[in-house]
Amino acid sequence: MSVKQTIVVIGNGMVGQHFLANLVESAMKEQYEIITFCEEPRAAYDRVHLSAFFTGTTAQELSLVEDGFFEQHGITIHLGDKAVSIDRAAKTVTSAKGLTIAYDKLVLATGSYPFVPPVPGHDRAQCLVYRTIEDLEAIAAAAKTGKVGTVVGGGLLGLEAAKALMDLGLETHVVEFAPRLMAVQLDDAGGAMLRLKIENLGVTVHTGKNTSVITDGEQCVNKMCFADGEELETDIVLFSAGIRPRDDLARACGLEVGQRGGIVIDNQCRTSDENIYAIGECALWNGMIYGLVAPGYTMARTVVADLAGNDASFTGADMSTKLKLMGVDVASIGDAHAKTQGAMVYSYQNGDSEIYKRLVVSQDKKQLLGAVLVGDASGYSTLLQYCLNGIELPENPDALILPHRSDESVGLGPDALPASAQICSCYDVTKGAICSAIEGGCMTMGALKAETKAATGCGGCSALLKSVLDSELSKQGFEVNTDICEHFAYTRQDLHNLIRVEEIKTFADLLHKHGKGQGCEICKPTVGNILASQWNEHILEKDHLGLQDTNDTYLANMQKDGTYSVVPRITGGEISPDMLIALGQVGKKYKLYTKITGGQRVDLFGARVDQLPHIWKELIAAGFESGHAYGKSLRTVKSCVGSTWCRYGVDDSVGLAIELENRYKGLRSPHKIKFAVSGCTRECAEAQGKDVGVIATENGWNLYVCGNGGMKPRHADLFATGLDKATLIKYIDRFLSFYVYTADRLQRTSVWMENMEGGLDYLKSVVIEDKLGLCDQLEQQMQYVIDTYQCEWKTAIEDEAKLKRFRHFINSDQPDDNIVFVEERGQIRPADDNERKHFKLMEIA
Amino acid sequence: MAKWIDVCSIDDLQPNSGVCALLEGEQVAIFWMPVLSGAKGPDAKIYAVGNYDPFGNANVLSRGLIGDIGGQPVVASPLYKQHYNLQTGVCLEDETVKIPVYAIRIDNGSVQVDLSSLPQDGAQAL
Repeated sequence: MSVKQTIVVIGNGMVGQHFLANLVESAMKEQYEIITFCEEPRAAYDRVHLSAFFTGTTAQELSLVEDGFFEQHGITIHLGDKAVSIDRAAKTVTSAKGLTIAYDKLVLATGSYPFVPPVPGHDRAQCLVYRTIEDLEAIAAAAKTGKVGTVVGGGLLGLEAAKALMDLGLETHVVEFAPRLMAVQLDDAGGAMLRLKIENLGVTVHTGKNTSVITDGEQCVNKMCFADGEELETDIVLFSAGIRPRDDLARACGLEVGQRGGIVIDNQCRTSDENIYAIGECALWNGMIYGLVAPGYTMARTVVADLAGNDASFTGADMSTKLKLMGVDVASIGDAHAKTQGAMVYSYQNGDSEIYKRLVVSQDKKQLLGAVLVGDASGYSTLLQYCLNGIELPENPDALILPHRSDESVGLGPDALPASAQICSCYDVTKGAICSAIEGGCMTMGALKAETKAATGCGGCSALLKSVLDSELSKQGFEVNTDICEHFAYTRQDLHNLIRVEEIKTFADLLHKHGKGQGCEICKPTVGNILASQWNEHILEKDHLGLQDTNDTYLANMQKDGTYSVVPRITGGEISPDMLIALGQVGKKYKLYTKITGGQRVDLFGARVDQLPHIWKELIAAGFESGHAYGKSLRTVKSCVGSTWCRYGVDDSVGLAIELENRYKGLRSPHKIKFAVSGCTRECAEAQGKDVGVIATENGWNLYVCGNGGMKPRHADLFATGLDKATLIKYIDRFLSFYVYTADRLQRTSVWMENMEGGLDYLKSVVIEDKLGLCDQLEQQMQYVIDTYQCEWKTAIEDEAKLKRFRHFINSDQPDDNIVFVEERGQIRPADDNERKHFKLMEIA
Repeated sequence: MAKWIDVCSIDDLQPNSGVCALLEGEQVAIFWMPVLSGAKGPDAKIYAVGNYDPFGNANVLSRGLIGDIGGQPVVASPLYKQHYNLQTGVCLEDETVKIPVYAIRIDNGSVQVDLSSLPQDGAQAL
């Protein structure tokens, strides 16, 4: 029997967690007992998107650890317990709470701490840092009483922190020691352009400022005094002046550390002790500390490979970055400062559009060495590929940054990239990996993202990913055919446009003008669906009757034996005892099998087609209306009981759910749509698993979109926060209309959004910022559908013509003798084949 | 010898959809496809096939959607979506499966079916 070795990981930050996740996915998992220490009270979370905490994202949403991860993989985590010493001779780690654990291998992932300049007064009240969720909570608390906030440090993190202060509603200043913003990544002109743009957003920037003391303010809590004699009154001082590696543990146990800090590692991330590794921001490789997450992840993977005895090495990382700082696109690639000998520079500056671009190329003008982009970073992917893959530049390199005013294309085609080219840097996905996924059958952006994870991190590479996909598909001889079927050479969106613009009201008319043949079970329901979304006529009208699937045609859901189930609408899941009794009486009278659905309503099974109108006459008389469970349409708006009864409820979730369900009921859409409303962040209605989810917070309603359960569950994305009801409804109107208008047939909102170029950000720009100028039209269309709502069953039972098909035989009143029920647990169920044979024999005898 | 049974009036049919008739104990699905104005494709047709879906084991074919695929008139099962050629009864997804096909006509506004025209294995429906 082999005895497991013990591996101890100190630190459960982003990199520590990435190491654990990779370790348990490898074969090494079986060989090690895994133990980790986490100083913070919560396991790893996303520090890159920390500022989202101030716009409503919760600590739980920032978590990088899937529920049950540690339990499932047998990892012991000591939360809130800090490792305080390492005994290399005994090979043990001791913690603050007094645990001593023996290790065979030790991984240091202790990260970094924010550098606070030793200015007198730096430890005064409301002088804070920006790294952990606890830090953020302290900032939020200070912002409640303060009016002015100042960030010390105009680098990448400093500007992120400034955004956080803006989001908290503070008058915001940025103080930078260097003469420009983002001194590491940008040149003077780029820094100046960034400053201009950020000042236009209302942030005051002070560069070349050396803080000499922080003291009592007169209007504010603090006053910063600068070496040049100027002063700045501020309530909050937020230090974001760089990071320092946390190497104290390593230092104390005698591991080699760098002169200016950092645990020295080799290409396998081993420290000076062969049993101890260091990864992430605490590690010093070749004199460099990497303060980005991607190199840390690479180090983590390197250690897993090294433990497994595989060849792997960390040989540095590209520090190119692209990000949106307060809505301003900024990117820096390679040697942005033209330090390489003989380097030449091209630059383009547009004061009107506030764009600055700079290219650094080699002496022979063949290689791209670096670039700076401010205000427009759309060329980032192309330039990065030139730089990383040593692709030869075009004859006039400046064409890459000059605006395109003619048809000439200067983009780098995906074919020019080698298979080793990294397309997605967040998940380290190469062009080669993408191509093999495409060969393996991933034909859409959605499938490709799910398979390779490319473009699922920052999303910056999605346009490039799309062009690789298109190029590979056409190379494989796929004509990317988006025709809906053989009868129409159009996509669903094309058909919707034709129907809307030409005001086409019937399938026959559309087929006559734009199609051929008789139609089929693909195009008929699709067109029926679009006609219903657009004109909202009853689906059993003569012109529409043959279009819908059988469920729609019979306004009920067909089951395996040809009988139907009936689902009346129970808005928000709220139902009175009298209504419940009425429902029970109908179920009893028609001997229906009764089950509660996941959408908080009641499903009645086993109704023969001829019984449906009778059942509905009684349900309508009792006050019910159609639940549209049979349609590609709004199904339910699930709700928790909310503030009316719940001790924790923040707002009236049931009331809102009922209002939303009544607003959108009957809307036909590319696929079914589900909603939920939760009355507080405990989220009992599971709104984050729905196409549209709403959660009450003390600041208003938070809106989530594009989630779903089912075969491929997907968590919804936070779309907007702190909304009042009118704005919430406006956004949902626009969102649903845009979905109905542009999605493919049978495409849920999640896949629709994932396949959209630009994804969630694009969707926000259309729905919130009205980028396409479509919002009026989207709202009007929704209002039309709402105004023309009818209960399809009420209309049907009042019109003999519509009931004509609700009999099994056209020439007899007999029921279908193939429908046989047996009893189970006191209710009916369809007989199986054997039972049916037996039953028939008994009948004959 | 053809033996035409009166089923119903043409007014009882629904254009471009199906109904089911009970004829001498057999369930017969009847589909009426009037030519859609101006569309190219098979002529206006009326079809009669068995109502039993051999994959789903239920009497449901009359409730399927009809149309044409590659020029063949078809019904798609409402249960699991297999297509059946309305002229031959052959399943497009599995040619070894075949549903009964009957002769049908409209005589003076009356819809008539000939059950004796049920083709034997291998025989082509008329």
